[in-house]
Amino acid sequence: MAATRFPVEAGHIMMFARAIGDEEDMTVAPPTFTMASAHYDPDSPLRPLPGEEWLGSGRGPGVAVEGSGGLHAEQHFEYHRPLRAGVTLTVSTRPGRSWEKAGRAGLLRFTEQITEYRDEAGELVVTARTVGVVTTQGEDA
Amino acid sequence: MALRADGIKVGESREEVVVEDLKRTRIVQYAGASGDFNPLHTDQEFAVKVAGFPGVFAHGMLTMGLTGRVLTDWVGRDRLLRYGVRFKAPVWPGDTLTTTVTVESVDGPVAEFSVRTVNQSGVEVVSGTAAARLDL
Repeated sequence: MAATRFPVEAGHIMMFARAIGDEEDMTVAPPTFTMASAHYDPDSPLRPLPGEEWLGSGRGPGVAVEGSGGLHAEQHFEYHRPLRAGVTLTVSTRPGRSWEKAGRAGLLRFTEQITEYRDEAGELVVTARTVGVVTTQGEDA
Repeated sequence: MALRADGIKVGESREEVVVEDLKRTRIVQYAGASGDFNPLHTDQEFAVKVAGFPGVFAHGMLTMGLTGRVLTDWVGRDRLLRYGVRFKAPVWPGDTLTTTVTVESVDGPVAEFSVRTVNQSGVEVVSGTAAARLDL
């Protein structure tokens, strides 16, 4: 579940740079910009989608969704070439390693996801590695 | 931006306050730009009553983004080879974050950095490493 095509636009780079307090250089993307490919994921669970219930508050406080108790543990980027406005990236995601560790709050389950961003010529631009963690307590909640 | 291998020394560091008194609106701004609208970060009612947190807290990626600015202000956005962090502690509205970037090694055309951001109590919120390409 990820975007397959991510058009990198100058205005989007500007908005992202503003949000992280960076200079409004609209030509080269800031180092964490590829995370914003979530906007191009048609099924992203992280934004309200037309016709689907959103988990946040309205009249009531919202709803807990199973499997949503995970937290972001680590994030790593490898840059193969600078990411400039005007490129349309192709995004592919695959699972990486998974492991467990005993923590203070219970058993911690770590899972890794590798995302490759390639340009129109098929050349790698950015490789991202996301590590998420879920505690067994979170799963019971 | 030219960054020459002889212009950067092991042990040299830069420290900067990357956000002072983090505002909830700033977190909302990051949600909008990144596409991560998880209500844990923007919806106080949900964060407290459904998720059981004391309140909303910043996206880890907002902290990583703020932290990365110290790095790119130094080396330039187009010279980074790697940048990675661990998220060590939550960042709450009202927090003031200070980032320190230190040169750990210079090997030919590559400089390796350690990266660390702490809150106003000195608690590490992210720590990691980065590498950048230098001109020889």
